[in-house]
Amino acid sequence: MTDNELIWRIAGGSGDGIDSTSQNFAKALMRSGLHVFTHRHYPSRIRGGHTYVEVRAKDEPVQSRGDGYNFLLALGDSFARNPQEEAYYGKEELKPLYENFDELREGGVLLYDEGLLDEDDVDEIGLEEAAEENGWHVVPMDLRGIAKEHGREIMRNTAGIGATAAILDIDTEEFEQLIEQNMAGDMQEANLNVLQDAYDAASELDIDHDIEVPENSHDEEQVILSGSNAISYGALDEGCRFISGYPMTPWTDVFTIMSQHLPEFGGISEQVEDEIAAAALALGASHAGVKSMSGSSGGGFALMSEPLGLAEMTETPIVLVEAMRAGPSTGMPTKPEQADLEFVLYTSQGDSARVVFAPANIRECYTQTRAAFRIAYEYQIPAIVIYDQKIQGELRNLPASHFDEEPNADPGSVLTEEEIQDAAHHSSGKFQRFLHEPEDGSNVSPRSIPGQKDGRFLATGNEHNPSGHISEDPDNRIAQMNRRLNKLDDIRADLDENAGHQTYHGPDEADYGILVWGSQQDTAFEAVDRLNENGHSVKALGVSDMMPYPVEEVSEWLESVDEALVVEMNASAQFRGLTQKELGRYGEKLSSLLKYNGNPFEPAEIVDGFETSINGEDLAATNMKYLPAAGD
Amino acid sequence: MSAFSAIGEEREIDRDEFTPGIEPQATWCPGCGDFGVLKALKQAMPEVGRNPDEVALFTGIGCSGKLNSYFNSYGFHTIHGRSLPVARAAKLANPNLEVIAAGGDGDGYGIGGNHLIHTARENHDMTYIVFNNEIFGLTKGQTSPTSPKGHKSKTQPHGSAKSPIRPLSQSLNAGATYIARTAAVNPNQAKEIIAEAIEHNGFAHIDFLTQCPTWNKDAKHYVPYTDVQQSDDYDFDLSDRTEAAEMMRQTEEKLYEGEVLTGRMYVEDARPSYGEEKQAIGEMPEEPLAERYFDEDAEWERTYDNLLEHHK
Ligand SMILES: Cc1ncc(C[n+]2csc(CCOP(=O)(O)OP(=O)(O)O)c2C)c(N)n1
Ligand code: SF4
Repeated sequence: MTDNELIWRIAGGSGDGIDSTSQNFAKALMRSGLHVFTHRHYPSRIRGGHTYVEVRAKDEPVQSRGDGYNFLLALGDSFARNPQEEAYYGKEELKPLYENFDELREGGVLLYDEGLLDEDDVDEIGLEEAAEENGWHVVPMDLRGIAKEHGREIMRNTAGIGATAAILDIDTEEFEQLIEQNMAGDMQEANLNVLQDAYDAASELDIDHDIEVPENSHDEEQVILSGSNAISYGALDEGCRFISGYPMTPWTDVFTIMSQHLPEFGGISEQVEDEIAAAALALGASHAGVKSMSGSSGGGFALMSEPLGLAEMTETPIVLVEAMRAGPSTGMPTKPEQADLEFVLYTSQGDSARVVFAPANIRECYTQTRAAFRIAYEYQIPAIVIYDQKIQGELRNLPASHFDEEPNADPGSVLTEEEIQDAAHHSSGKFQRFLHEPEDGSNVSPRSIPGQKDGRFLATGNEHNPSGHISEDPDNRIAQMNRRLNKLDDIRADLDENAGHQTYHGPDEADYGILVWGSQQDTAFEAVDRLNENGHSVKALGVSDMMPYPVEEVSEWLESVDEALVVEMNASAQFRGLTQKELGRYGEKLSSLLKYNGNPFEPAEIVDGFETSINGEDLAATNMKYLPAAGD
Repeated sequence: MSAFSAIGEEREIDRDEFTPGIEPQATWCPGCGDFGVLKALKQAMPEVGRNPDEVALFTGIGCSGKLNSYFNSYGFHTIHGRSLPVARAAKLANPNLEVIAAGGDGDGYGIGGNHLIHTARENHDMTYIVFNNEIFGLTKGQTSPTSPKGHKSKTQPHGSAKSPIRPLSQSLNAGATYIARTAAVNPNQAKEIIAEAIEHNGFAHIDFLTQCPTWNKDAKHYVPYTDVQQSDDYDFDLSDRTEAAEMMRQTEEKLYEGEVLTGRMYVEDARPSYGEEKQAIGEMPEEPLAERYFDEDAEWERTYDNLLEHHK
């Protein structure tokens, strides 16, 4: 367990403002100079139900949520006091308190709102014994009472922050500033008063604990944001001005952010009747010359498979976002999983080619979305950004300069009217949109946009000849198939030269490897550091390009280790399967650590899993599964 | 030269410009009603003064979907039932394009039925032509949503237990602002209606009766027909919803009784199109979005310039 860090958990009822309070807390810590990371856990319920958010703060960049936490602010579930809800869900009021016992570290602090909870009930959950056993510092305070004194009990969140600050000896200045920025008039004044009163009250309690909040100051201006923010901003900076969608958790996040901002950027957002329409609209806008995107989560993405194939066949650029949640079917709407990989790679009939990026973190959400647009529009191919509920829900700080890049409005391989005049035309007057062998020797035949003079062509999902006419001629078929599929090789070369999406972590040389993809990369890297500290010899490779697969990079790396453990959040080892398929071997070198209970990996779990796997022991932990290498 | 100089070009348009040099006989059977739609559409183009480069035609899948193989404009032969959502977005991306969508009754009223409701509801400024031959043509004669009750086919050997859909009434309820029915057997009326529909500002739905001599031997019931505008028996106010609704009800009933009524059924001019509505609430730019990518003076904002402030 790492010292010198604060992992603060705020727990309450879904809809109680837990989210916004934690965001402000994280932002204030970031402004004070710390690195922060938030992890969000919520049920698939609109109001009520146990929810928590963790804020992990360190003096160095934070890779993951960490293991467990050392400060709990339990606010009680205010919705659980509704007798109807109680009849349905049972006695949930106390959940924010006792549901969080498991992971509170030894010597941690437990601050709870005694104003909301019945004392007898608190006794019933065995808080006292648990505290004794674990050396917890239990601090009951009437947070609700303090809030009520200044008007409304909803402000007990602010009271919780004031009390937290006093107990941890954090200056309240940043919190005050945030209240001043975000609120006006009476609300602002009331919240400032609540903050101060709770701070004073908690100071008097004089609680003696070992948690040290680290100190730091950034040398560059920081921003704190979510993966969905970063995907949206990447799209906007890449000139995306059209989005169409249909709500589905967790994709809704990107859809909402884009819809809010597109009009101010002069763009258009459309909420439509279903996901088939959503993808079809994005295609129509792209066909008419606008950089566009759509997206969904598993079930909605399933509906998009036909338009996706149409985009491939008509070589209409399009970017789709697939936000994974646990499946199959509607699965667990608010829980992350990495189990849609194969689905996204192979959706659609026929031999199909698309680009699939799986960003590792918020930083890559931005850069890879930009890459997805650039590649899609340059190579006239659909590109998919696949991420999951984990990155969607977490916030992280990074330097603002990461986003300080020039916008790219280039529509890709599109001709101007002058160029169209000089291009090849069919005797019918149609522009040769789909040349077998484009002039520049590439596999991309440049396109025209409706309304351009003499650029008429037919886009069709049927196989077609160079001018777009439907054709079943066998030679034409081969020429068009090859050209479309060969784009993937060109894109691989382009990415190798320009993007570098794979991340190497740990020592250059090591006996063992951890191979990991998408959102679990940074957590695995933290585990690798600990394993090396524990005397193991381990390095990691995080892969973010799924198609075209970085065959050379991964095989070189696999050659350099004796064995590798593939870590992923699904039950069927999909990424390991992809790796073996793409590389054609290494089955004997790859084993798997899998987790699919609805929660992402914690670093300690990967450490455990790794140690058991190299010792050849069975996993003791029941929340994970170990799959041995082929032939083992 | 502007990026889309074909748009708005003022010159005489000849209907032959819309012939691509590939003959429809390649796929359509002799006597197929689809020839009539193609001809009427080509004839309408000089009337509306649109040249081939400024027309974007979106079709679905079916014999009808082949229309844009034989019509020389920008074309997008999409997937079964999905021409409307693709077309809608093209219109939003570039409102200066003349957007036309077309497909069969299976395509438009069956698999694409939901899109039709929503496109009509939103009143996009486009024309939608449904080739209504009361049968699935391309897949060889299965029952379609407009086949009469009791219609026997290979997949409904005991006769369909379903009543046919009522496309005109349905579009009226959904919000279309121009609704007409015409037939391949009356080329003049068909041409006029298509031209009017194209010029109409809003969603124009044309139920175009076509015959499928190959799979639907009952096709002959499309003749003789009555043009309701020319008949004194059917005097009604085209802009009055209630009267139009009653007229459509009769039209749809009589079709299956063997009397074919055609003509304009409803025209509503006052309602703004969807693009105009979106512009009015500030959700769509005044200038066509598609132009901006070719405009060297266009300003491209970075998110860094303003959005990131919220995250500091
Ligand atoms: C998703 C999907 N389902 C089924 C088909 C097969 N299909 C092609 S055309 C068609 C029906 C065509 O009938 P209609 O729309 O009435 O057009 P017509 O051929 O009569 O002009 C069907 C079912 C398909 N292409 N795609
Ligand atoms: S099958 Fe019917 S609809 Fe299709 S081309 Fe032949 S006659 Fe026309």
